[in-house]
Amino acid sequence: MSRYLLDKFLFTVDRDPQLVERYREDPVGTVSWWEAERANMILSCTTQEHSTWLAFSEEERRALREHDHVALFQMGAHPFLTLTLFIAMFERDHGPLEYQRAYGAAMKHLSLPYPDIAT
Amino acid sequence: MATVAAVIASTHHPFYYRASTSTGADRPPFADEWVAKIEAFRETLTRAEPDVLVMVGSDHFHQLWLDNMPQFLVGKAPFFDANFYNEEREFGLPPMTLRGQEDLAAHLLRAGLDADFDLAFSNELRVDHSITCPIITLRPQGDLPIVPIYTNIFAPPLPQPKRFVQLGRAIRQMVESWPEDKRVAIIGTGHLSLELGGPRQFGQHGPDPEFDRKAVEWIAGGDIEGCLAEVTLDSLHRPGNATHGFMDFMLMMGVAGEGAKADHVDSLDLFHTMEAYFTWYPNGAPA
Repeated sequence: MSRYLLDKFLFTVDRDPQLVERYREDPVGTVSWWEAERANMILSCTTQEHSTWLAFSEEERRALREHDHVALFQMGAHPFLTLTLFIAMFERDHGPLEYQRAYGAAMKHLSLPYPDIAT
Repeated sequence: MATVAAVIASTHHPFYYRASTSTGADRPPFADEWVAKIEAFRETLTRAEPDVLVMVGSDHFHQLWLDNMPQFLVGKAPFFDANFYNEEREFGLPPMTLRGQEDLAAHLLRAGLDADFDLAFSNELRVDHSITCPIITLRPQGDLPIVPIYTNIFAPPLPQPKRFVQLGRAIRQMVESWPEDKRVAIIGTGHLSLELGGPRQFGQHGPDPEFDRKAVEWIAGGDIEGCLAEVTLDSLHRPGNATHGFMDFMLMMGVAGEGAKADHVDSLDLFHTMEAYFTWYPNGAPA
């Protein structure tokens, strides 16, 4: 279980306009490609340096492949990252604030304390 | 020595730019009232005639990331580019470039380290909407050099609330010991109760109006002790999952000082979150 890697996926996809579109249209393919090619890239190095140990759990992979923002929240993915990326992908299909409200309503059954988001 | 011309604490609402510039059917019904309040707030900074702005905010996972996360960071650079692709995408925020005040940044870093604040620094910092929202609301011409100071209210483990207050007090003292005859405004932005990405987001009001009422009272009256007695890292989860941004207000209460009553207090109840605006004049209100 790696909240950090979930966050890294959400962070790197959200900040690349082409990846946002790719993840919207092909979540299964994007998650597989990203885990193989990008998960272990160290972002703050100037030349390509890689880690050797980062991988999703099966449940994390499933939540990302299915655009399941409720499961991501329950796993402790950073809520700001998930929200920002999902707004970028899906707000366009809805009226003003309609998507944001539905996004919250899908989590109405969750109560405090929320899952830990520390990494 | 430098003079603290004004201390300003504000919420930063990334939707203000679009709301205030939209016209016709796109203009939200609350926009005119919001603009009027912002223009009155802006006047409190204009009247102070500042030369330099110290700007406290928090990066929202733009340049600062979990592989290398500072708790408190000072930007020391001749220029700061501003706003990121996803802020343009979601909020319509325009790219900007602001000038930096490197002498003051160097002074804050040296004095801060010597006062036991292990400040990180950046010589190439693209600042985000926590800094540009108050530029848009308070100094839209963007003509003054800035020193950005980032705090971590976002990626746990976070510093304790009292540490924000302590850093605020230290920033005030350090600005006042800067040996330049300049008028410095210290501006910081945060949040009242706020939920992002959780079940209580985007409601008719902020997620916890009672917290907001108390928070405005604490800030307006400079009630640091009362605030610290009730606010903990744990308690801030209750009003909304992004309410730790309130600690930037606590930092600004430290800048203003214990018992310092704000000279300008205003708020606006919006959907999703309450806006709140405060200005102090530590050396007396300008004429």
